Amino acid sequence: MASGVNRKPVGFSLLTYGFIVVWLIVAAFPFIWTFWGSFKVELDFFSIADWTNSIFGRRTEMTYGTPFTMAGYEGAWIKKEFWRSVINTGIVCFFVVCSSLTIGTLGGYALSRSGYRYTFWLLIIALIFRAMPPITLVSGYMLPFFEWNVWGILPTTIIVLVAINQPFTLWMLHSFFQNIPKELDESARVDGCTQFQAFRHVIVPVMWPGVITTGLFSFLLAYNDFAVTSMLLSEENRTMVPAIAAFLGSTYNEGQIMFAVAAVVSATVPLFFLVMFFQRQIVAGLTQGAVKG
Amino acid sequence: MLLFIAAPIVSVVLQSLYTPHGAVLVEVETCTPLSGCILETIIDQDATRELREAEPLGQLVGLAIYFDRGHLALAEVAESWRKSDGLGEFWASLRNLPFYRAMAFTLTFTFIVTPLMVILGLVIAFAVNSLHRHLKGLVIFFSLLPFTVTPLIGSLILFWMIDSRGILGDALVYMVGDPNFSLKASTGLMWVSLIVYGVWHAAPFAFVVFYAGLQTLPMEQIEAARIDGATRWQQVRYVVVPHLMPLVTFVALIQLMDNFRVFEPIVGFNAEAHATSLSWIIFNDLGGETRQFSAAATSSVLTIVGVAILLSPVLARTWRDFKDKK
Repeated sequence: MASGVNRKPVGFSLLTYGFIVVWLIVAAFPFIWTFWGSFKVELDFFSIADWTNSIFGRRTEMTYGTPFTMAGYEGAWIKKEFWRSVINTGIVCFFVVCSSLTIGTLGGYALSRSGYRYTFWLLIIALIFRAMPPITLVSGYMLPFFEWNVWGILPTTIIVLVAINQPFTLWMLHSFFQNIPKELDESARVDGCTQFQAFRHVIVPVMWPGVITTGLFSFLLAYNDFAVTSMLLSEENRTMVPAIAAFLGSTYNEGQIMFAVAAVVSATVPLFFLVMFFQRQIVAGLTQGAVKG
Repeated sequence: MLLFIAAPIVSVVLQSLYTPHGAVLVEVETCTPLSGCILETIIDQDATRELREAEPLGQLVGLAIYFDRGHLALAEVAESWRKSDGLGEFWASLRNLPFYRAMAFTLTFTFIVTPLMVILGLVIAFAVNSLHRHLKGLVIFFSLLPFTVTPLIGSLILFWMIDSRGILGDALVYMVGDPNFSLKASTGLMWVSLIVYGVWHAAPFAFVVFYAGLQTLPMEQIEAARIDGATRWQQVRYVVVPHLMPLVTFVALIQLMDNFRVFEPIVGFNAEAHATSLSWIIFNDLGGETRQFSAAATSSVLTIVGVAILLSPVLARTWRDFKDKK
């Protein structure tokens, strides 16, 4: 809209810039604050005496000699074995993304090329799943899992997460494949490819943007999940988010809240980089559904 | 895939109709030479096990769990309706029943957060759109953060800040002037902070969608409007807003669903005493030492019904569109 003809009054643009600055502070300040505070001792992070303590870290300096300490991280990662949860999260995310993408790509491609209109039903299932709290499903899974004795281990959780994620993945990839012109694989078929060869040599090279976007969202789902993982995983198999929640249970008693703060920062950092590198894909994925209506 | 979707729902419905067997009690008279005979009630372990094995799902109790105190609480509602004079008292007594308490918070949360975040998202989108090209990327990056961060972690970060010893809590104490002021102490303030979190978390989503919508604005129409002498405000009112309307519906819809299942912030804010939601009730029933599957399953079914009611207008519309297309 910012064309030369449509000049803005100065007051208006000042207002705009002011608002943007306020919004940026609201959006980013909590993260910066927590990141900064994670290198302090608890008395600085929660400062009763003087709030500037949490910026300059006077108590931290008194305790450790420098205003920055890794004590929180040490406690969380080494004493509380947070690294275990990090590895578990890695495993869960990796397998959830891989399996949802494999099923999603093949299924989405097949659905988009078959004559029958699945779109509606896919959309409906994806919608219903989006709306249903995952925890309602978890309560259905739990009793059978107890009976079959598969509760608490990573593979079951991965399967459940994939299942919850699948309608959404299928729908996204399906609409993406429909945007790839049919003529592409039809011409491959004319040249003598089988359907699978057409997929392998013609579609695969052009499908990466859609697959990456979908993969990002599957990753976020697996990474951010709390309801499923906290209910379905036993203590030693916990992923990061339920592990942090578990920290809180003990921290309020032992005054080790800085462990939780450090763990929270550790869990946020990967997301930070994810947004940094894949910003365009995330925006594309978020808007894709909307623009198509 | 269908198996994994349908099976748990069936399992939930089944579980909600059953209740675990009570232990089989038998009365045994034990006589000792010195103290005489006493009649004791003990658990007949064998019989209990047998009964549990015969019907592993438990006793069929039909809809009884739906109507008990923990859920719809029909008896209690009817009673308080008879006893209380005036609606106010009736509502107050409803607030003591867990299901209605959760409903009250869930609905308040849903219907306050959704419009607020749509408005905030729109304003941010307009503001960012008028920025210089180079600044946009940076602003979008920071705006996305609250949305992508894990809900539990995001709420924890905010919770630590509003702690009376955290920076925001400290500032509030200073502003109010009461050193004992704490957000955690009052139900109303806790609700406000949860709602603030909800808006903070969801606004970036609305912003990104609206921002994308602004990129496809019909420039000719705006120019035509300007030539016809429309002021800036009129251009926005009559050209831009109608253009964004479908997006507003879409965002509002997604957010209605997301907010209805509000759960993580309650855990993160440690706010169970002041605010519960349906999801939280299920979580609470499932966790802990006594895993109350039947109770959790019943709440799940009620939640699914709630979601269905919320979604029904949308589903009906989509179905109509689909039929029209055919």
